[in-house]
Order: sequence, then C-alpha cells, then structure tokens
Amino acid sequence: MSGTKTAITDESSLDEAGAARFAELLANDQRVEPTDWMPEGYRKTLIRQISQHAHSEIIGMQPEGNWITRAPSLKRKAILMAKVQDEAGHGLYLYSAAQTLGIDRETMFEQLITGAAKYSSIFNYPTPTWADMGSIGWLVDGAAICNQVPLCRASYGPYGRAMVRICKEESFHQRQGFEILLHLMRGTEAQRAMAQESVNRWYAPALMMFGPPDDDSPNSRQSMDWNIKRFSNDELRQRFVDMLVPQAEILGVTLPDPHIKWNEERGHFDFGELDWAEFHEVLAGNGPANTIRVARRRQAHEDGAWVREAARAYADARMTEKIAS
Amino acid sequence: MTSPGDFGGRETWPLWEVFVRSSRGLSHVHAGSLHAPDETMAVRNARDLYTRRAEGISIWVVRASDITASDPDARGSFFESPQGKEYRHATYYTESDSVPHL
Ligand SMILES: [Fe+2]
Ligand SMILES: [Fe+2]
Repeated sequence: MSGTKTAITDESSLDEAGAARFAELLANDQRVEPTDWMPEGYRKTLIRQISQHAHSEIIGMQPEGNWITRAPSLKRKAILMAKVQDEAGHGLYLYSAAQTLGIDRETMFEQLITGAAKYSSIFNYPTPTWADMGSIGWLVDGAAICNQVPLCRASYGPYGRAMVRICKEESFHQRQGFEILLHLMRGTEAQRAMAQESVNRWYAPALMMFGPPDDDSPNSRQSMDWNIKRFSNDELRQRFVDMLVPQAEILGVTLPDPHIKWNEERGHFDFGELDWAEFHEVLAGNGPANTIRVARRRQAHEDGAWVREAARAYADARMTEKIAS
Repeated sequence: MTSPGDFGGRETWPLWEVFVRSSRGLSHVHAGSLHAPDETMAVRNARDLYTRRAEGISIWVVRASDITASDPDARGSFFESPQGKEYRHATYYTESDSVPHL
C-alpha cells in the first residue's frame, strides 16, 4: 500500500519537474523534443495540426496530378511531376513528425480515408484549366510558404525540422507557377483570358488558407503561447496580400478584389472582406471536390494494400531464411 | 525507449532512421525516418525521399527499433556537468594570450 503511494508521489513530482522544464524551454524559446515531458493539450494540438498538414500535402497532389498527362510540353510535364513528388515527400516528412508524438501512421491514414480528419480546404477546389497549375503554384504554394516559414521556428523540434526541409523545396513550386502564368500572360488573347479567369477563382480561397479572422480563431492564442504559431492568421494574410499586389502587376493580372488599395497610414494594402460562409461550407465537406478527393485517396490506399502486404511477406520470408542458414 | 520516432503501433512496415552523407569528407547526418519492408527498400525509399536534389552521395538506414538511446530523464546525472570545468577549454589559459602561435 505504502509502495503504491510512493509511486504516485514520484510520478506527480516527475510531472511537476517536467512541467517546470517545459515552461523553461518555452520561455527561452528553445525546442521541445519527443522524449521531453509535455502537456497533453500541447501533444494533442500538435498531433492534430501536423497530421492535418500531412493530409493536406497528400490530398494536394490530386488537383495537380490531374494535369500531368496533359501538360503542354515535356518540360512542363517533368516540372509538374517533380512538384507533385515533392508534395508526397512533404506529407511523409510530416507523418514522421506526427508519429514522434505517439500516433501511428495507420491511424492517420484511416482518419484521412474515412473522412474523420480535416485537411486544407483549398484542395477541394477543381482544376479545370492548365492556368490553374500556374495559380496553384503562385497563390496556393505562395500562401503555404507564408504560413510555413514561421513554422520552421515552431517549438516542437521534429515539426520545425520538417518545415525547414519543406520550405527549401516550396520556393521552386511558387516560381514555376508564377512562370506558367507569366508565359500565358505573354501569349494570345485566349491565353491571357485563361490566366485571368484562373486567378479570379483561386485568389480568395488562397487568402482563406490562413484560417478564419483572428477574432473567430479561438485556438490561435494558445498556439501562440506554446510558440507553435508565431503570427496571427490576419497578420499572415496581410503579409501575403502585400506581396501579391506588386507580383500581380508584374504578371499583368488583376486581383479580383475592388477594395485593394494602398493605405499610407498603415503601410499595408487594404483589401475586402472574404466569404467565410463559403470557407466553413468547404471545410465541412461541402466543397466542389471533397468527396472525390477522399474517395481517390481511399481507393489508392486500398489498391496498394496487396503491394504493402506482399513486400512485408517477402521481407519476413527472407529474414526467416537468414536465421535458418 | 528506442528511437525517438518509434512508438510501435500497428504499422504494416517497420520504421527506419535515415542518415545522409552530403559530400565526401563529411559525416552521415540524421535526415529523418521512413517506413519500408526491408533494408533494400529502405535505402531506395530514402533516396527518393531525402535526396531528390543531390543532397547526398551515401545513405545509411537503421531499423528504429535497433537504436539504443540514453535515458532522457537522467539527462542531468548522465552527462557530466560543465560547471567548474572551464579548464577543459583552451580559453581557460589566459596567461599565454600574448604568445604567438599558441
Ligand atoms: Fe508542400
Ligand atoms: Fe508545394
């Protein structure tokens, strides 16, 4: 009896020491590593955020994979394949990071293909034209970079390290997209119209990638206190718009928001309200492509099951042979 | 506790830790982890996942479950305290500051 009691005391004093150490790490802006004590809420928040991020990279392959066979030249096809392959890699880096928090990969895959997990709502929009490959690179990867650069300093070590690797690769994604649009804008009337029409569709959803406005984002404060998030949704969105406006000028496209105007006093561009009702609809699963994205992912996972099992059986058989010989 | 990334679970394939040598003369450095059925596939997957832009000229893979790590809770007592051991550093010896090539 007294032994049990001692064990409990030991555990709670260990927790206390762990909590103090955790607070000290955050206060000194140091990194938390997998074997460190961490609050349950911190662990849960990270598992949710990192796995959702991983799912977004994996689902994000579909809207672009859609154009690999129809890219207008061999060079564009090679570039697009390289980019989609990068996104697969990003997903894998992030799944690995999430796993260090104590969730296994099969569980994350299941959450994705059963529709239980969320992923970035941007990937539920369709890609009907080649110009969409340009808009995704310029606007979607552009917004992702804006979001991800501060995450390289996230307090959780494995997440930060995955983000450093990802950010290095993302700048190629944005540049190749910008170049696609630039070439279209230097082309025929029809090509310019295609580029503009595509930018019209992607602009607002890309801005929504930063998440709801600060006063409607209840978990942001806690994430910032934990040094996971470094800037608020609205701050990042503003930073993105400020970068986009001069880039759009170089492209010669018009951003589809009549309220964009330089504000001398703020030193930023003003811009119009976004349609948050649409954002919540798409996030809730009612976007134009939610069903097909998850169904495709599920089919790929199920169709690949025999390969995974066969490779495993082969490895096991070889191991048995090795032991026997 | 073995590898920091290995939490068991119901994986079809085991977890591997990947080490990449970026160029001759440098050590293999931990790049990350991946799942693969065996060592041959682990090396191939590592090539595809961690060296898509000529980041490496050599790869090591190690089964995560084969790594033995130091006890994270014994950090304080396990690693020697640097307190009061300044004499292990060259900067401790100040009287020779003005002597050339020392
Ligand atoms: Fe990515
Ligand atoms: Fe990307």
